[in-house]
Amino acid sequence: MRSRRLAPYVLLIPGLAWLTIFFIIPLVQLGAVSLQSGFPGYPGYYYRDVNVGNYASALTEFGAHFGRSILYAGLATLFTFCLAYPLAYTMAFKAGRWRNVMLICVVAPFFTSFILRTIAWRQILADDSPIVRTLNALDILPGGHLTETWVAVVAGLTYNFLPFMVLPIYASLERADPRLIEAGGDLYANGFTTFRTVTVPLSMPGIIAGTLLTFIPAAGDYVNAELLGSDTSTKMVGNVIESQFFRVLGGFPVAAALSFTLMALILVMVVIYIRRFGTEELV
Amino acid sequence: MARRGPDLRGATGDLTLQSVTKEFGSFTAVDELDLVVPRGGFFALLGPSGCGKTTTLRMVAGLEQPTSGRVFIGSTDLTGSRPYERPVNTVFQSYALFPHLDIAGNVAFGPRRRGVKDAAARATEALELVQMGHLADRKPGQLSGGQQQRVAVARALVNRPEVLLLDEPLGALDLKLRRQMQVELKRIQTEVGLTFIHVTHDQEEAMTMADTVAVMNAGRIEQMGPPAELYDLPRTAFVANFLGQSNLVRGTVAADDGDVVTVTTRAGQVVVPSARATARTGDVVMGVRPEKVRLEQASDTPNLNGDNMVGPGTVVDVSFSGVSTQYIVDVPGLGSWTVFAQNLGVDAVARRGDSVLLMWNPYHAFTLPGDEDLTAGVDPDVVEVLT
Amino acid sequence: MTATTTSDREIRRLGEPTRISTPTRAKRWLADHVVAIIAGFVLVYLFVPVAYTFVFSFNNYTKSNISWNPVGSPTLKHWENPCGAPGVCDALVTSIKVGAIATVIATVLGTMIAFALVRHRFRGRGATSALVFLPMATPEIVLGASLLTIFVQGFSKVGLQLGFWTIVIAHIMFCVSFVVVTVKARLQSLDPRLEEAAMDLYANPTATFLRVTFPLVLPGIVAAALLAFSLSFDDFIITNFVSGDSTTFPKFVYVSYLRGIPAQANVIGFSMFLIAVILVILGQVISSRRKS
Repeated sequence: MRSRRLAPYVLLIPGLAWLTIFFIIPLVQLGAVSLQSGFPGYPGYYYRDVNVGNYASALTEFGAHFGRSILYAGLATLFTFCLAYPLAYTMAFKAGRWRNVMLICVVAPFFTSFILRTIAWRQILADDSPIVRTLNALDILPGGHLTETWVAVVAGLTYNFLPFMVLPIYASLERADPRLIEAGGDLYANGFTTFRTVTVPLSMPGIIAGTLLTFIPAAGDYVNAELLGSDTSTKMVGNVIESQFFRVLGGFPVAAALSFTLMALILVMVVIYIRRFGTEELV
Repeated sequence: MARRGPDLRGATGDLTLQSVTKEFGSFTAVDELDLVVPRGGFFALLGPSGCGKTTTLRMVAGLEQPTSGRVFIGSTDLTGSRPYERPVNTVFQSYALFPHLDIAGNVAFGPRRRGVKDAAARATEALELVQMGHLADRKPGQLSGGQQQRVAVARALVNRPEVLLLDEPLGALDLKLRRQMQVELKRIQTEVGLTFIHVTHDQEEAMTMADTVAVMNAGRIEQMGPPAELYDLPRTAFVANFLGQSNLVRGTVAADDGDVVTVTTRAGQVVVPSARATARTGDVVMGVRPEKVRLEQASDTPNLNGDNMVGPGTVVDVSFSGVSTQYIVDVPGLGSWTVFAQNLGVDAVARRGDSVLLMWNPYHAFTLPGDEDLTAGVDPDVVEVLT
Repeated sequence: MTATTTSDREIRRLGEPTRISTPTRAKRWLADHVVAIIAGFVLVYLFVPVAYTFVFSFNNYTKSNISWNPVGSPTLKHWENPCGAPGVCDALVTSIKVGAIATVIATVLGTMIAFALVRHRFRGRGATSALVFLPMATPEIVLGASLLTIFVQGFSKVGLQLGFWTIVIAHIMFCVSFVVVTVKARLQSLDPRLEEAAMDLYANPTATFLRVTFPLVLPGIVAAALLAFSLSFDDFIITNFVSGDSTTFPKFVYVSYLRGIPAQANVIGFSMFLIAVILVILGQVISSRRKS
């Protein structure tokens, strides 16, 4: 009997220890760094302090970047949803035998490196590419180019997170009983009403999971902004953090403060979102 | 406390449950159960869902441990031991065949765990017994429900356990297959001579297959004995209503002359032989089964021949079901009585609205204690009102 | 309700606002299929960059693989010599090594946690679940940043420098959560009756685990391992923060972007895609064969 009581702890300790040492403690360290101060005159060297000023300066200087991160991530999540839902719906209800093929088609492109794919978009949307030349001929583009605009950045984010939205929604829809949807029609709801009142609520767990899996990484992304955006007007908070760590001497505390703020912001938004839309078990 | 292997696995004898109680928190599933199952018979534990029969079975198997009480096979105390230490095997309701092993692997599982040398040969033998030998290299997922059920039986039987437990094994099968399997299981039990304990909520199944039936309700055994005995002379309202159907009516004992008990009901006086009267004084409940009652038109003057008679009553419903016709008759003072009449002719004896008289041989009646709940054991889905 | 005649043009569905005039056959077909059409476009959209990568792996460029050079293209020379560009194959090997080590360790740790969560009762389940779930809810940049700070300001004191092993450590960390989720799902769908049946058939707890539980959970563990490997191989942001001088394949591509990505990267990238697709298809074929 004694060995049975020990068993769960023996199983848990290695993994939890790893997470504690390499996740929790680093976060604590990050918090500590965000409160550190630099030695005046010796950029790159820090001492432990409780310098809340780092946060103040970080937020005043880079507040716009925060706004842009949330905005771009939000837009990307919205667009991803609009593209993913029809795809997931088709896969769940109309695909029949082709369902597995479609599943592979959704997941497979993501085995090419994420960087390669984003760079591919950069070339595809470059100024001298057929697409941009056509759009310019039709005089649609205000600035004359797609890359180095927020459009390209949001488009990149949308593309990169599409499977994260498709798969959870598909999983939810696939589990739903199609007879429930038939019942909707049987009870005099037309196509759109059935969709609105029956299908969407049924797929709610998948929608919630998908939006979280898209928004959270997108808000912290910097690769899309780096490769597809401009150096001046589209930088997201991720870019700032990265440059503060690697290219600005003495930028550790500011970068740490920004990271912590980003995490806190996302956590708050996620908690509100889950409370609002239902506490589904996500894990 | 932990005894290992062979000494427990070698236990033989009757299965005895001694004051076995199982509580789940504040809910008592099994209440001071005393039971002796003689070795080598086919025993049925019958009761509605939630009566504790499956819990009892699991305690015999070792998958649950009693809160108090003891489980014996012969003189060996099995209480507290683990399932793999007991000479008991179970056929699960959902069959629980191992999906990753083929049929032969499933059946040979038990012998292999026990270290039996020719496990594969034993498995083949057991599969032949249930006529599944030709499917030995299929996987469970490729078999139909009936086939899976047979494999589950073989998987348990191959170990020649002292006691074989069957947990509603036929529940998922359609009617025809179920009937077939009932005969099969009975045949197998007779052939191998092991003790079978069959748990079911289907009273027909229990009565068909078992040598002894125990009717269980709310964690206790209401009555136990050969099926015919239970059916013919129920001792509680639950058994009267759960096994087949009964017409029950309240009354008071007016006289008891040693041979016959006279009961006064609101519809008149009836007599019951003393040997068949569980309750002989004060307020009692008199019962007679629907197929034992005959009805005749009130306008005819019936020949009584010592039968009890009540009525006239009005026929409220007539249902034809091939073999018999069911009449529901409203008799003032009795309420609604059901009569099953074998269809010996083409036309029904009575039609809706007819005024009829009900008669039965007193030797088919019985009495129960007056404090019994007349609706005990009645299927709650059936809308019938008994008074 | 009035009776309606059911000729093609006059079918009215209850609930449909009657002010919409009866659509023609073509419009009706479009309306019914608009969802599927969108889905089709999205599928094509998903493959555009892959196609681009594929096409440009055949480009006979001189300086950088950005515009298509009609002279000499398409060429097979990059495919013939996939390690031709300096650093490409080193980066690939590093990615594979990191992936292999991280996958093995993360799968073991994660499977153990999943078993504890599903099969045992213990105090602190809620906290454990939260701890496991949190890394998935944290943006990669925060994970990378925090690891960077602790490696630089803490572990460097014990001699751990940014490089191969810090990448491995970081990958194990973020893969564990995904392994737990995957294995947990599989474990929860396991019929507990099967283990009861095993015990009923004389298998003690060890034998039950080895003969019944483990074989049935194995597909989930394998899926988790594959997921962990894909996440590790394709990871960029966290890797970029903790890799120091070491280079994995995604980092190589990113860094060489400014100088111009060698087409060999396209070759390798597309090959990974092809291998993965083949593996997935093989897996499907095997599992459907098993069922029949």
